[in-house]
Amino acid sequence: MKVYDLPDKRGHFGPYGGVFVAETLIAALEELRNQYEHYRSDSDFQAEFAYELKHYVGRPSPIYHAKRWSTHLGGAQILLKREDLNHTGAHKINNTIGQALLAKRMGKPRVIAETGAGQHGVASATVAARYGMECVVYMGSEDIKRQATNVYRMKLLGATVVPVESGSRTLKDALNEAMRDWVTNVENTFYIIGTVAGPHPYPMMVRDFQAIIGREAKVQMQEEYGRQPDALIACVGGGSNAIGLFYPYIDDSDVRMIGVEAAGRGIESGQHAATLMTGRPGVLHGNRTYLIQDADGQIIETHSISAGLDYPGVGPEHAWLKDSNRAEYVGISDAEALAAFHTLCRYEGIMPALESSHALAYAAKLAPTLDKDKLLLVNLSGRGDKDMVTVAEASGITF
Amino acid sequence: MSRIATVFDRLRQQNKKALIPFITAGDPDPAMTVPLMHGLVKAGADIIELGVPFSDPMADGPTIQRSSERALKYHVGLKDVLTMVEEFRKNDMRTPVVLMGYANPVEAMGYGKFSTRAKECGVDGVLTVDYPPEECVEWVEHLRQKELDAVFLLSPTTPQTRIEQVAKMAQGYVYYVSLKGVTGASHLDLSEVANKLIQLRSCISIPIGVGFGIRDGVTAKAIAGLADAVVVGSRIIEEIEKSPRAEVLTNVDRLVKGLRSAIDEVSIKY
Repeated sequence: MKVYDLPDKRGHFGPYGGVFVAETLIAALEELRNQYEHYRSDSDFQAEFAYELKHYVGRPSPIYHAKRWSTHLGGAQILLKREDLNHTGAHKINNTIGQALLAKRMGKPRVIAETGAGQHGVASATVAARYGMECVVYMGSEDIKRQATNVYRMKLLGATVVPVESGSRTLKDALNEAMRDWVTNVENTFYIIGTVAGPHPYPMMVRDFQAIIGREAKVQMQEEYGRQPDALIACVGGGSNAIGLFYPYIDDSDVRMIGVEAAGRGIESGQHAATLMTGRPGVLHGNRTYLIQDADGQIIETHSISAGLDYPGVGPEHAWLKDSNRAEYVGISDAEALAAFHTLCRYEGIMPALESSHALAYAAKLAPTLDKDKLLLVNLSGRGDKDMVTVAEASGITF
Repeated sequence: MSRIATVFDRLRQQNKKALIPFITAGDPDPAMTVPLMHGLVKAGADIIELGVPFSDPMADGPTIQRSSERALKYHVGLKDVLTMVEEFRKNDMRTPVVLMGYANPVEAMGYGKFSTRAKECGVDGVLTVDYPPEECVEWVEHLRQKELDAVFLLSPTTPQTRIEQVAKMAQGYVYYVSLKGVTGASHLDLSEVANKLIQLRSCISIPIGVGFGIRDGVTAKAIAGLADAVVVGSRIIEEIEKSPRAEVLTNVDRLVKGLRSAIDEVSIKY
């Protein structure tokens, strides 16, 4: 049997991935690639990473059987991988710890990050405080308005939040701006990318740091259920929580992998962020992948009720998993995600992030079509406290 | 001989250095682009770099990004840019035009369709900012088939092995980015540029242009003393941005003439 071993040396997943950046960034990426190659197999580095995940993040995150909800749905059993219980409330911290430890070893005293909803910004500000680093977070001015509490959270943690006024003033523009900072200050600065996108080695490196999710799940499933799940379900914006869960399962061909994209106001409305379902391959933010773009190759503004899924690209490894038919990608609308948010609150006493609610909503569709002995493992990638204002607004409530 | 090679040949005979201004197609509006191009030539441009608007110009600073945004308000895409070059060629068969932009618009059009159409319209070279040499072998092959020059960037951090790799693929001229950072930045270290150019010249036989950080006659003249060509972008865009529409042509003319005469004060020592 062929063992999955992507990406290749230059970061390609089939035709996707790679290094598509201006010459001014090449040397910085080479340095990062070489350093990461070294520390990837360095036992001290891996030991420190494992220690931090256990004692600072609180791993392993449990797998919880959502029994009451499963019974209500009347089909397959739904299991939740509780990344929402991590320190800072989402899977994002797994990756920022890994990259901050690398930054420390590379002697970079300053870290920068881009953020959309603010979750990756908070996770970056958190580790910067933890390791005593300067932290600058780029955030679209539109997103700053939408996510005021996360902005304040980052400031409390000592980070500087820089509003980005260019383009659509959202995540993709924050990413452009962070890249510009990096190219200018590369000697003392480490760029912590929050998802499995960007130029090589980022998609591979972020995946490796997030793969703790799937590795833990494999052990936990064996211990508690004596077998692996029938399907994995995770939401996909850039795709880091999904890759984290999927990656250790790629060679287990009897485990279905389902990525759930944001269908926003409906695919036919054009207001969505379902990149893999509707996009075409192209080049953005340093890699080749599926993109939501117009006929001229301009990137189109996306829409999702969940800021963390509101991105016109997707990690190149997902593009490859789609083309090779190893994973399936489906869409869930704003309304469906909101319904799942409320249902999980009421049936399980768990308030999920709106991002994760997309994965939950698909599980709720799939479960009733399957037998009661089937197991669906859903990545509950974050908690929903940050989304209360959005949910309230959607229900017509103002505080 | 290609139009670009012809220009550098003529300049060498005249003991002059090349002035390469950059403007974004469609900025401040689509109707201004062709008149601006003719205006640049009249004011002393030897080659024109014409920016193809892109929604996410990651390697550019805020000035050039704003110019892209102004053009995109009019939905100026790659096919419109090619039409503008075709229009320009009706009255100027001499001045080379190099398109400068990002990979996604050419991928959306397709390599074959782009190179055929670009040749028809009279484009001479293409610089695709986010195509480093490793990722664009097929692209350069398409350009070569249509005798379009593939222009590449080199930076202060480019190591020797990559300089040699670029030397093998680059045609027309290479564009040395004279400082770290994005377009429009302002700190320029001349002795560092001078040292790097010595290293570049040891393996690159085609002309070397220097850009990024050139803002006035003084910096233009200093760079002209070192390089074969002086590339000026953000400073011209700023002039377009701050001028009322009716004065754009006059103000750009004054600026480019100033740069031209500063550059011409340098006598060549080949």
